[in-house]
Amino acid sequence: MLRDLIKELTEAHGLTGFEHEAAKVVEKYFKSYSDEIKIDKMGSLSAIKKGKAQNPKRIMLAAHMDEIGLMVKKIDDKGFIQFTNIGGIDQRTLLTQEVIVHGKKKLFGVIGSKPPHLLEASEKKKAVKMEDMLIDVGFSKDEVEKYVSVGDPITIRRKMLNLQNDMVAGKALDDRAGVAVMYECLKELSKMNHDCDVYAVATVQEEVGYRGAIPATYHISPHIGIAIDVGFGSTPELPKDETSDLGKGPCIGFGANIHPKVYEKLVEVAKEYNIPYQQEIYPGATGTDAWGMQITRGGVATGLISIPLRYMHTSVETININDIKNAGKLLAYFIVSLNGEDLEGMLCY
Amino acid sequence: MLLKRLTDACGMPGGEGEVREIILEEIKKYVDDIKIDRLGNIIATKNGKPGYPKVMIAAHMDEVGLMVKSIDEGGFIKFAQAGGLDERILVSKPVLVGKNKIQGVIGAKAIHLQEKDERETPLKTKQLYIDIGAKSKEDTEKLVKLGDYVAFDSEYVEFGNNLVKAKALDDRAGCAALIETLKHEYNVTIVAAFTVQEEIGLRGATVAAYNINPDIALVLEGTLCSDVSNVPEHSYITKLGNGPAISLMDSRTIFPKNLAKRIFDLAVKNGVDIQYRLPSPGGNDAGAIHTIREGVPCAAISVPCRYIHSPASVMSKDDFEGLKKVVKLFLEDIKEGEYIRD
Repeated sequence: MLRDLIKELTEAHGLTGFEHEAAKVVEKYFKSYSDEIKIDKMGSLSAIKKGKAQNPKRIMLAAHMDEIGLMVKKIDDKGFIQFTNIGGIDQRTLLTQEVIVHGKKKLFGVIGSKPPHLLEASEKKKAVKMEDMLIDVGFSKDEVEKYVSVGDPITIRRKMLNLQNDMVAGKALDDRAGVAVMYECLKELSKMNHDCDVYAVATVQEEVGYRGAIPATYHISPHIGIAIDVGFGSTPELPKDETSDLGKGPCIGFGANIHPKVYEKLVEVAKEYNIPYQQEIYPGATGTDAWGMQITRGGVATGLISIPLRYMHTSVETININDIKNAGKLLAYFIVSLNGEDLEGMLCY
Repeated sequence: MLLKRLTDACGMPGGEGEVREIILEEIKKYVDDIKIDRLGNIIATKNGKPGYPKVMIAAHMDEVGLMVKSIDEGGFIKFAQAGGLDERILVSKPVLVGKNKIQGVIGAKAIHLQEKDERETPLKTKQLYIDIGAKSKEDTEKLVKLGDYVAFDSEYVEFGNNLVKAKALDDRAGCAALIETLKHEYNVTIVAAFTVQEEIGLRGATVAAYNINPDIALVLEGTLCSDVSNVPEHSYITKLGNGPAISLMDSRTIFPKNLAKRIFDLAVKNGVDIQYRLPSPGGNDAGAIHTIREGVPCAAISVPCRYIHSPASVMSKDDFEGLKKVVKLFLEDIKEGEYIRD
């Protein structure tokens, strides 16, 4: 079931600013474990699960459903599409990728460039620049113009790949993996009693600077806000101290962006329920929705959970499903641990 | 669908078994004799009438890919190239490892952790590795062994104006056209050679041509097509959708002009689109065949393929249909006694 959700989420298209299709998948899965679904003016989707308390406090979970991708800049005389990027894209990962151009209808395309046999020796030493690439949708200029116009979003086409040991790979796992964590949390909570109202928010436009999280947080005005995002997974070329291992549990973030008491409570809950976890430290900006949430209205006590992910911002991002399960469990137990808690007291410095 | 089955199958140079099985199954009803030689070439004979020449038609079964070179402590797989590949296209691609087609990915360091100049420099094969999600070296070794072939994980897709995207169109398009050719009856004797190891130096065709000892040979290929923006027109080599391309000269062969022109004119006369493959680098099985024994007159007819040697090669189904028509027209046009040598 969780694997099915992850597959649907990662294969859904939802470029930053164009998250509608991804939101549909989120709604389909979240509605069975929540009392109400709301979509705000920016497009962020909140699944609200009511708490049992008289005047319930509000806990907001945020994971972004947008993905990095491309946008149509120009259709050239031969019908090839020139494009720019939205979000941080490594241009080297684009050659001969398959894409979907979201025009009046979805067009399949392949990213091409000047072929290697025509390159000078000096050109081969340099990565092809994005502006020198083109998308081939296999139509003439006139036909392309019927379906495609400047500003249309373009996303990578990638089916989810099943790797060994509960690992899966695909595009947009940053941060659909986080969205799946919220689903797991809501599912766990449906078997428990919790005092607080829980707002599980699939946010928009995180990749261009957590723009969706800001109004969503303003609207909800949570007592505690926890962002769920992805962190750098360990691979052979990366230093151990900059990464965490896949399959060894979610990371609990610590640093200025995180309220120390929220951090402590998350660690305490993980220990109490034997949920594996790792630590991740952030001396400054976390580059996640938590960074925006923290300074909304009069300030929000924030937490950060991240799922270790390899090859971030490529179309073969890799995660371990068990980390998602454990993160969902951790958040559910965290929320239940707040039953009867005086949040004002708990969050006091 | 035949072309889909052939392109979905994996067959690196020296490991063409899966492709060979499909072809054997497809052709057995239509030929008089099938042999598999020492290197693994399929040699299938379809007898014609006495007095007509023996025509060898070659299409290679192998495709470019990778091979497992070593497995590191973490279970990540280092690889070497099998056949000529542009290494710039490897990163951020899914692959299938070994006979059991274990799914894996070739990843890259997150952009956030790169220095600016890293983004400007292509990644080299030696910097890359395949991740199958293993926990350790031992974990990988349960599923993967040194020397396992690695293929791109890329499915057959139809799109645009009658176009196809697939891996290995070079040269499963030729294999498919050759299979279809065998379904018709001719006066000439056809010896179909589905060759191995073309991508690492025309190895299969060399022995196949020696053993067949043909009067004349045709090579059916998938060839370079650079008709994209940012490329001057004289460098296109071929244009997609303008029909199959007949070779004049490449790195390995100077083709007899009268034979190339005969086929070209025949196509034009019969209203089939055809183009010349502009003289340019590249090579195909003709390079081996035309110098075998005392020499063999040879023609190469190809389906233009954009983004060739990548997981997302693109060809036109119209060009592919054209190739089949042109081959049939030529075989039917050969007269009694023509090309026959003493």
